[in-house]
Amino acid sequence: MSTTELHVHNPVEDLLRQDRVPTIWCPGCGIGTTVNSFAHALLGQQINLQKTAIVSGIGCSGRVSGYMNLDSFHTTHGRAIPFATGLKLANPELTVIVYSGDGDLTSIGGNHLIHAARRNMDIMVVCVNNMIYAMTGGQAAATTPGASNSTTTPYGAFEPELNMAQLVDAAGACFVARWTAFHVMQLERTMAKALKKKGFRFIEILSPCPTYYQRKNNMGDALAAMVDYKKRSKIKNGCPTWETALEPGGEIVVGEFVDREREDYLTRMRRQLGSHYSEFPPQPEEQESEGCEKEC
Amino acid sequence: MPKGSVAITTERCKGCGFCVEFCPTHVLELSNAFNAKGYHPPHMLNAEKCSGCNLCGMYCPDFAIFGYKYPDQKAQKGEQGQ
Repeated sequence: MSTTELHVHNPVEDLLRQDRVPTIWCPGCGIGTTVNSFAHALLGQQINLQKTAIVSGIGCSGRVSGYMNLDSFHTTHGRAIPFATGLKLANPELTVIVYSGDGDLTSIGGNHLIHAARRNMDIMVVCVNNMIYAMTGGQAAATTPGASNSTTTPYGAFEPELNMAQLVDAAGACFVARWTAFHVMQLERTMAKALKKKGFRFIEILSPCPTYYQRKNNMGDALAAMVDYKKRSKIKNGCPTWETALEPGGEIVVGEFVDREREDYLTRMRRQLGSHYSEFPPQPEEQESEGCEKEC
Repeated sequence: MPKGSVAITTERCKGCGFCVEFCPTHVLELSNAFNAKGYHPPHMLNAEKCSGCNLCGMYCPDFAIFGYKYPDQKAQKGEQGQ
């Protein structure tokens, strides 16, 4: 209503597929908030959106690729990173972003995450951590904190949770950060920084899940979770990742933990192949078109 | 004179209340009215306090609200005078 009267335009809407919104996310789900930060980061950095691709797996956060007006792929469960790896290797010019959830990236696709970080594949991974498999029905994931209830752990999970930041740091990621859905401005700055960086970049975002995680654990609604993040989070940039474990009810350590330079997979491959690498034309399509012009 | 304002697309709103809670100048309030899906969208309670910072827009998970600044009238007057 007022949008048309005042002739103002939300810049984020340029990056959304207008025929797809409103989203299917539950009221208060933090994924939309992270998409706002991501869209602002993309717009602020003036990245060539024609050369940007977003890949998602299955899950609530996997819907992001469908809502963003970029080249996007919605892959099978847990296989977002292998797909993104192939995309990057086939077309190294692309900026490839994996936007998925904790169940998809660390539980089902856990091995892919480790090995993409080990290879230092030049992709940016945004992991929205809502502590549970939300879309598939609220099952316990690897990131579900110990003693939390879920549909598969009605007496509380008997397993401790995984610290993703520590995992990818140990595997060799270039950039590791964690924020919550509450830290929108910091998240935007971190995403903008990560978009410009080369190598494996990992950003974990804690997000409320009012429908499954919070309802099963009597933690109130989404707003209660956001206020809780505000109270419990503590910014520690450069903190060693082994000190960043998420304990139920404890401090949430957020910030940019790791920022280091390391040779990425493609650079390493080119260096090791040396002169052999030039045998493969970097842009075969352009050369073909030149040949056609000559013949004509 | 408010520095800015917010534009609300009420039909997209899901009434989560993030914008109301985290508005730095407490401009917004959830209204009693319903949208087509039965949620209570926000409305401006203290419109004169709005600074147009767009923090509500950053928090909104449904892209239903965003803040914008009015053109700086003092600066415009100054330019005209020069």
